[in-house]
Amino acid sequence: MTQKKGGKHLGQIKGFSIQFLPYSEIKALNSDDRIRKILKIILDNNIVILQGRLTANEEARLIGDTMAMIGHVKNFRGIELAVISGNTGDSLLGKMAKGFANVLAGGDFSAITVIGPASIVKEMKRNPKKIELLLNR
Amino acid sequence: MAIKIFKNFFKRILGNLFKNTKEIKLGFYGPPNAGKTSLANRICKDFTGEEIGTISKVPHETRKVQFKEKVEISYKGKKMTFKMIDTPGIATKIDYEEFLKYKIPKKEAKERAKEATQGVIESIKWLDDMDIVVVVLDGTENPYNQVNITIIGNLVARKIPVLIVANKVDLKKADIKKIEAAFPEYDVIGISAKFGDNLEEFYESIFKLSKKV
Repeated sequence: MTQKKGGKHLGQIKGFSIQFLPYSEIKALNSDDRIRKILKIILDNNIVILQGRLTANEEARLIGDTMAMIGHVKNFRGIELAVISGNTGDSLLGKMAKGFANVLAGGDFSAITVIGPASIVKEMKRNPKKIELLLNR
Repeated sequence: MAIKIFKNFFKRILGNLFKNTKEIKLGFYGPPNAGKTSLANRICKDFTGEEIGTISKVPHETRKVQFKEKVEISYKGKKMTFKMIDTPGIATKIDYEEFLKYKIPKKEAKERAKEATQGVIESIKWLDDMDIVVVVLDGTENPYNQVNITIIGNLVARKIPVLIVANKVDLKKADIKKIEAAFPEYDVIGISAKFGDNLEEFYESIFKLSKKV
């Protein structure tokens, strides 16, 4: 899509879509399959909004797998990743209670994970309460 | 019974001897250009006279894990021996075009990007081999970068003691309070690897952390 304003060329905005991934869709998957599923969506030029979050180990594996794909998949430069958690201001007791509830439920539902291909998402700026997506043109 | 007591006694004595001479694997982790190699160099230079690696303004200068063994650090009359492990910066994206901005030729930039991706993979693999880890963050940058959180999360999951260092405190833009607020459960030491500021507090924290190993 090309945008013009007052005759001035504003450049190309690449097409992309945002895909919501409920935790129920990855709950039964093992780590390999979870990462594979997320990477497949990203390689189709989508931004993923995942309900909950991956484990720290899965996040590291996602980064490792992403690195292994750079140079092997055309135009793939990596990902932008940000997690925002709903319990950042909780007391230790509150965190423990939520942690226990999350263990029982199988994931940290108070968190939202945003993952996008670096070819589309130039930068994700995060602070404890918001994620800003700066897109590439 | 008497044999068992003797066995336990010698085991304890030998165990303590071994513990005192054990080389603690000290890893330096963090995002690119935070100053991991600068800090490792500063320590190695102070205690061995040699540096561990080269530094550069261009990101991903360290693209392979580099070591310095038997680094004996002395602090307030105490001595401890470390194996220093300087790791490539961890990133979620690497684009060779970023290196072109530093006037690196295209072919070299592409090679650098390829090596940098391998470096990130290597850094992640090495997480399992560390005894203690210093997470080096750029004190002038936003600490809420997911890479920082992922690194620390992985160390916690592996029960590896962590020290967070806010580097570049010599720069006006540095904000240690922001880093402390981002990681309230950890000790954050503000240092300048470039000028050697506040290294005393850093060594004290390293010695304290080493007791947990």
